[in-house]
Amino acid sequence: MGEHVIKLPDVGEGVAQAELVEWHVKVGDLVREDMILAAVMTDKATVEIPSPVSGEVLWLGAEVGDSVAVGSPLIRLKVEGEGSPPSLVAAAATPLAQTEDMPKALAQSAIPTAGKANLQARGAPSGAPRPEGDRPLASPAVRLRAKEAGVDLRQVSGSGPAGRISHQDLDAFIARGPQAARSIGLQQNNSVEDVKLVGLRRRTAEKMALANARIAHITYIEEVDVTALEDLRAALNKQKRPDQSRLTLLPFLMRAMVRAIADQPNFNALFDDEAGIIHQHGGVHIGVAAQTPSGLVVAVVKHAEARDLWDCGAEVNRLAEAAKTGSATREELSGSTITITSLGAMGGVATTPIINYPEVAIVGVNKIMVRPVWDGSGFIPRKIMNLSSSFDHRVIDGWNAALFVQRIKTLLETPAMIFVEG
Amino acid sequence: MKEISCKLIVIGAGPGGYVCAIRAGQLGLDAVIVEAKRLGGACLNVGCIPSKALIHAAEEFEKVRHMAAGESPLGISLSAPEIDLAKTIAWKDGVVSRLRGGVAGLLKRGKVKIVAGAATFRDGKTIAVETETGLQVIRAEAIVIATGSAPVELPFLPFGGSVISSTEALSLDKVPQKLVVVGGGYIGLELGTAFAKMGSAVTVVEATARILPQYDSELTRPVAKRLSELGVKTLTDAKAKGLSAKGEALLVEVGGEKEIRLGADKILVTVGRRPVTEGWGREELVLDMDGPFIRIDDQCRTSMRGVYAIGDVTGEPMLAHRAMAQGEMVAEIVAGHKRSWDKRAIPAVCFTDPEIVSAGLSPEEAGRAGTAIKVGQFPFSANGRAMTKLDEDGFVRVVARADNHLLLGIQAVGHDVSELTAAFGLALEMGARLEDVAGTIHAHPTLGEALQEAALRALGRALHI
Repeated sequence: MGEHVIKLPDVGEGVAQAELVEWHVKVGDLVREDMILAAVMTDKATVEIPSPVSGEVLWLGAEVGDSVAVGSPLIRLKVEGEGSPPSLVAAAATPLAQTEDMPKALAQSAIPTAGKANLQARGAPSGAPRPEGDRPLASPAVRLRAKEAGVDLRQVSGSGPAGRISHQDLDAFIARGPQAARSIGLQQNNSVEDVKLVGLRRRTAEKMALANARIAHITYIEEVDVTALEDLRAALNKQKRPDQSRLTLLPFLMRAMVRAIADQPNFNALFDDEAGIIHQHGGVHIGVAAQTPSGLVVAVVKHAEARDLWDCGAEVNRLAEAAKTGSATREELSGSTITITSLGAMGGVATTPIINYPEVAIVGVNKIMVRPVWDGSGFIPRKIMNLSSSFDHRVIDGWNAALFVQRIKTLLETPAMIFVEG
Repeated sequence: MKEISCKLIVIGAGPGGYVCAIRAGQLGLDAVIVEAKRLGGACLNVGCIPSKALIHAAEEFEKVRHMAAGESPLGISLSAPEIDLAKTIAWKDGVVSRLRGGVAGLLKRGKVKIVAGAATFRDGKTIAVETETGLQVIRAEAIVIATGSAPVELPFLPFGGSVISSTEALSLDKVPQKLVVVGGGYIGLELGTAFAKMGSAVTVVEATARILPQYDSELTRPVAKRLSELGVKTLTDAKAKGLSAKGEALLVEVGGEKEIRLGADKILVTVGRRPVTEGWGREELVLDMDGPFIRIDDQCRTSMRGVYAIGDVTGEPMLAHRAMAQGEMVAEIVAGHKRSWDKRAIPAVCFTDPEIVSAGLSPEEAGRAGTAIKVGQFPFSANGRAMTKLDEDGFVRVVARADNHLLLGIQAVGHDVSELTAAFGLALEMGARLEDVAGTIHAHPTLGEALQEAALRALGRALHI
């Protein structure tokens, strides 16, 4: 019997550490070769770590939520035969690091799954409410006192080992007053559940805090009459080829943004505020913020300037599906230079979007609503949609922000202009 | 016809009933207990107590016989002993009658009125008792049904003549030469072992694939080994078919085909016990049933208001100590206290040789419940006290949750392990973890050290193995 140490492999370009988001095994489990051991999360993608050997799990090197450095031991297995001698452990455990063609090798052995975060914490911390179905743990004397005091011990958290309820715990529960023990009517809920922020949720929190702390947001809201655009969209969808997917509003907005950016290239930029440099990109890589079952991800339509309307639409659909099923790659979830945020039917009247740092602009799409519009002689129903857009006021003045949005408004209200060159 | 009324009537003075009545008396309730036969019920008169007396006598006899045969490594020799079973039975009856007197005294001290006779319900608040002096009608606010259980009779092997139940087996005047035991459960094996030790040629006929089917094979293996040492034959997958024409042998079908004849002076039928749910006017009540048992809730309330049921009549496990705990609880509920059944473990003891004890969940049961578990087992062959008693067979086994080490169950097999039940039950009721048991000093040299070592072993740090 030998021991085999599996270290955290290099999971992506330039990534020095990754967050452990899920263990698929626990100490004592028997694992087969290629069985998934754990999931770690880098920037925005989750990477599953398969086992290179078969054996029994002896030791786990991190708790869910811990950051693990690339190359540090993740798991120890008891294996048949010699195992891995200490000096060879790194080589045996991380064969990927030896390979020249790193990304390809990684793609074969590690399946990245986007946004697959597991928020379940391991084990119950002492004193926390016990898991569903677990009987409260208490000595017969405590049980008797609880019964006589009319206290349901399932509601009492225990401070003892394994969550055992002591006389003191019961005293404290009773001292909290009759509302705690009252069993009918409206009741105060004094429970506090501690949820550890892990995985995507933690990344989102960090990124939002960073964006909000660094960027001086200016939000500009304008209404856009999309009646003509909607007519055009309906007509195009009616005559589309079977292999084309239905157009939503997004590809029109993307193409309009490409046109507007051609006039104002400083809106398609990444601002390195440490170095004081604005990287103005020629390629328009439009991130589309999407809600997935496990949280917020930004899928990126690369080179929107080189895609026509149908292509933009197809790419958005493909990425949205991949993000929802968790099969989007890390590349597909990073590299945007400007972002669109849309809440679809939940879009509301206006929003105050937070910029996807270090970008400098984000365009928010609100809900299309039919509103009465005065045309000079009477009210006519028009389809109106608001755009709520935020800009980094450090590098974009309000005047220019307004110009950018007005340009998009003009393009969307007269959609033919989106497609007319020159 | 006389009529009285009281606060509480208990029907049946077995361990459940008499404890209920004594506790009611302590709580100042005006209680009446009705018993058709003798105080103490099956347990005291024809069950637990007399069987243990007989088992003890048989064990002592076997010991000295072993010494007389020159087989004792202790260096003791003596001449061949003899047993006078009639005398043994008389001694056993003395023990039983002393205990019965004790029960009567306790009831009296609790000012419980004892009514001798068979009770019948008239309605949910009234019973009639046929006493020697005539019909006595009693009304009460609460009535507790504690009518117990009786041995199951096989239709093709009715009790009578050479076919006996455990009750008759405990009052034989001489040791039968050839005894066939039908049913390899704990009652059959306890008595079968005792008679084998007293000199009977014993054959056990068990319908399932192995003896003591409710225990796992690890626990039963030492018992099977000892049975064969004692010359007890066990036929498994064997079904009793009935008596031979002359009645001197039992016909048994083995393995589903061939039929064999087992010559027998006595045939002891121990195929289980059934709840006594007839003969006391259940038809006058509207009681929901749970199979053959009376359905009760966690306060031993039946489907009728003011009517409670406790003990064997309410279901498995049919154990005296369960009935006692239920009886105590019901008396307190009737006295107005807030109580409900919240016991974690009802230990069960099988007084075979060696004894088997089980409290809480077995590894298999815990596994079935989907809990990840740790199991630690410590053999008595590594226990000093067991060696000095020539009783090295057996072990103590602990079952705990893998995540927080909470003890879920403790089992043991070995000589005198029944006395360890107190520790097992206490650990489970108190919610002990493996660390609690491992961290408790267990006196040396005792069998109890095996419990501590089993807990240590589950934690991966046993010291003496």
